[in-house]
Amino acid sequence: MAYNKRLLLKGNEAAVYGALLAGCDCYFGYPITPASEIAQAAALLFPKLNRTFLQAESEIGAINMVIGCVASGRRAMTASSGLGISLKQEGMSYLAAYEMPAVIVDVMRGGPGLGNIGPEQADYFQVVKGGGHGSYRCLVFTPNSVQEMCDMVYQAFPMAEKYRMPAYVLTDGVIGQMMESLELPEPVGYDYDPEWKMGRRVNGEANVITSIYMEYNDLEALNHRLQDKYALIQRTEQSVEEIAVDDADLVMVAYGISSRVGQGAVQVLRDKGLKVGLIRPKMVFPFPTDSLVKAAGHVKGFLCLEHSAGQMIEDVKLAIECKLPVRLCNRMGGNLLTVADVCAAAETMLKEL
Amino acid sequence: MSEKIKFGRSKVFFETFNRRPGPIKKNMHYCPGCGHGILHKLIAEAIEHYGIQENTTLIAPVGCAVFAYYYFNVGSISVPHGRAPAVATGAGRANPESYVISYQGDGDLAAIGFNEFLQAANRGEKMTVFFVNNSNYGMTGGQMAPTTLPGQKTTTSPYGRNPETEGYPTPVCEIVNALTAPVYIERVALTTPGRVAAAKKAVYKGIQNLKERKGFSLIEVVAPCPINLKMDASQVNEFIEKQMLNYFPLGCLRDRTGEMENGKLPAPVIRDEEEVRKVLFPVRSEHGVAADFRNTSEFFNSELRVKIGGFGGQGVLSLGVMLANMARLRNFNVSWMPSYGPEQRGGAACCAVTVSRGAIPSPIIDRGGNLLIAMTQAAFDKFIPELREDGILIYDHTAVKLPQLPATMQTYGVDALAVADEKLGSSKFANSVLIGVLAAVLAKNGMTEADQADFNRAFAEAVTEKFGRKPGAVEANLKAFEAGKAAL
Repeated sequence: MAYNKRLLLKGNEAAVYGALLAGCDCYFGYPITPASEIAQAAALLFPKLNRTFLQAESEIGAINMVIGCVASGRRAMTASSGLGISLKQEGMSYLAAYEMPAVIVDVMRGGPGLGNIGPEQADYFQVVKGGGHGSYRCLVFTPNSVQEMCDMVYQAFPMAEKYRMPAYVLTDGVIGQMMESLELPEPVGYDYDPEWKMGRRVNGEANVITSIYMEYNDLEALNHRLQDKYALIQRTEQSVEEIAVDDADLVMVAYGISSRVGQGAVQVLRDKGLKVGLIRPKMVFPFPTDSLVKAAGHVKGFLCLEHSAGQMIEDVKLAIECKLPVRLCNRMGGNLLTVADVCAAAETMLKEL
Repeated sequence: MSEKIKFGRSKVFFETFNRRPGPIKKNMHYCPGCGHGILHKLIAEAIEHYGIQENTTLIAPVGCAVFAYYYFNVGSISVPHGRAPAVATGAGRANPESYVISYQGDGDLAAIGFNEFLQAANRGEKMTVFFVNNSNYGMTGGQMAPTTLPGQKTTTSPYGRNPETEGYPTPVCEIVNALTAPVYIERVALTTPGRVAAAKKAVYKGIQNLKERKGFSLIEVVAPCPINLKMDASQVNEFIEKQMLNYFPLGCLRDRTGEMENGKLPAPVIRDEEEVRKVLFPVRSEHGVAADFRNTSEFFNSELRVKIGGFGGQGVLSLGVMLANMARLRNFNVSWMPSYGPEQRGGAACCAVTVSRGAIPSPIIDRGGNLLIAMTQAAFDKFIPELREDGILIYDHTAVKLPQLPATMQTYGVDALAVADEKLGSSKFANSVLIGVLAAVLAKNGMTEADQADFNRAFAEAVTEKFGRKPGAVEANLKAFEAGKAAL
């Protein structure tokens, strides 16, 4: 049969296609603007494959249903926006401690508090730094297109399973709400049956999954194991797109919708003969430190584009050990940076460096 | 059942409790006189009796029973405080062949996790909940629980629970009995051999319900906690009999299982790759173009930025989606960005469509627009500054009053709503009229003859994709499109 893999979808819908094609068994979620189309598309599509869609009573309920599903050796996803992600943090800490994979999509909106439904990128701290209790990290993918919303959810499952840890797909209201043409990936062959799943008999004993370690040394050992894993990921899994960086005097750093505006600005600035490039993290944990350090060898400074008060900028400064000026070009409250805003900030910075 | 099981240790328990840290591997960690040990034993025996050990999943709470997995040789997980019914829901839905038990105390179930518990009960999840009510928080040192009695002193109600400020004991079974879905609700106690025998019957019933997949069962066990209540064994039994049972009367509140068929397993998950493709991949349109097809008109070689603005309900967003789909069907990269944010709720609507052969940087159009379709004065006023001086404006001339505009700008006034109403009998075809207008406008602006014909085909394909199952709708939209072409 001749299939058409090219579709026009909203970013939020594309995430659901990515999940189903990656072999996701269950979706548990709660409605919230601007992420609701994920739950809506899941409600439509999961049952068509006899898979589970369940609207949870709360974000807390949803993340704990994910825990139950994953512990049973099946694949699960949930999605929300900042307010709901705040509620999920308890479960995220447990997932990290259980060393269990899961995929969580965060379509960021304006905050703090109830904020508004406009796009922002102010969940960076709570998502990237481990917003729950304990020293843990999550894998964090940062799609900037509808194609990547699909692809990165699709990639997040195997990577979360490889490292046995939760993976976020962190994006914003614009990427979630916009439609773009995309090409669907092929469905994966399903052979998922993790050896650690609860109830599997090992020498006659049923597996248990727990995060309680009463002996201090046992808990310290878990923490060391987690940190070793995170260090390995930071060394080996950095993912980044570099645009016009090699000869750049100034490099912008941006993810999600900010990076799309940044791409527009690079075109305009290059047309004016200004040597400006863009480093676009495709993941922010692991953070693309290598790319930044390399660029720091020849650029005069970095300009972070963020729809927040400046959160990722801290990691940029840490990556280059504060050796060069790093400035922020930002909007908040649901307002979007324009190409003109970014060009003006870049030109000013170039003059002053 | 053999004598051995009645008086010995169920095979559902481990021989030695190796998961328990420290030197003691034969005994449970529970305090002397605690009710958990008795309940554990009854549950283990019932699991063995019904032969479901292999597929049983025990969700352990936060509280004294957090270490239930030291003892039960079944699949288990210790979960966040109060969330056991949500985890049990996920486990049961993901693996419908499993038999899921949620084991919870009064703080876990009736305080921090009451929502998760009630919601699972209300959904009628196929699980059995064992709820241990001992009137205080045992694990953390005897604090006030939702089930603490009025006047009862605990470490956080040192002057006695005051109902005026702290309310009354939570009648969990009675609250659940107000819901429709649960199939079995019973409250039991462990104070006398007779009570234990009744408790055993209830526990067996709860496990039988699991095996038969009947639905949501709740067994509340009024249990002794002599250490935290600072009582000896007979005092705690007297406290339960004389005081607790006044608030928590024993008995079966509901048993609908007799009248029910056994539950069935859901249809198996579809994982076969070709079956997945069949569901998720649309069948290629017979009208589609080859992957290397390129429209030849010169203006298609640069990025085209279209802004459409009007009122919500005028079809502004769907007009944009239709144009985006036409472009997708002709191998263009395309982005469609709706009005999003406060204005979405305020009546005004707009969307931006960008069409390009290359990558599209920002989907947001705030300058350099090639085409503006303005259905209201407000939309015109807001978006006209974004239109290039050589851009094209299509506007509703009954709604928009044009100011002096650059001479290089092309303007086309049309009342698409009236055209649709007049020619098709409904203004809902105005979008297709506007796309017809656009076809005529592009024909005046260098669209090749081949591309003019292809534009008609692309529109027909997009409309067929959208309305394929409603042939009348396809035909009407094609007519509206032609009416639009003629209207200019």
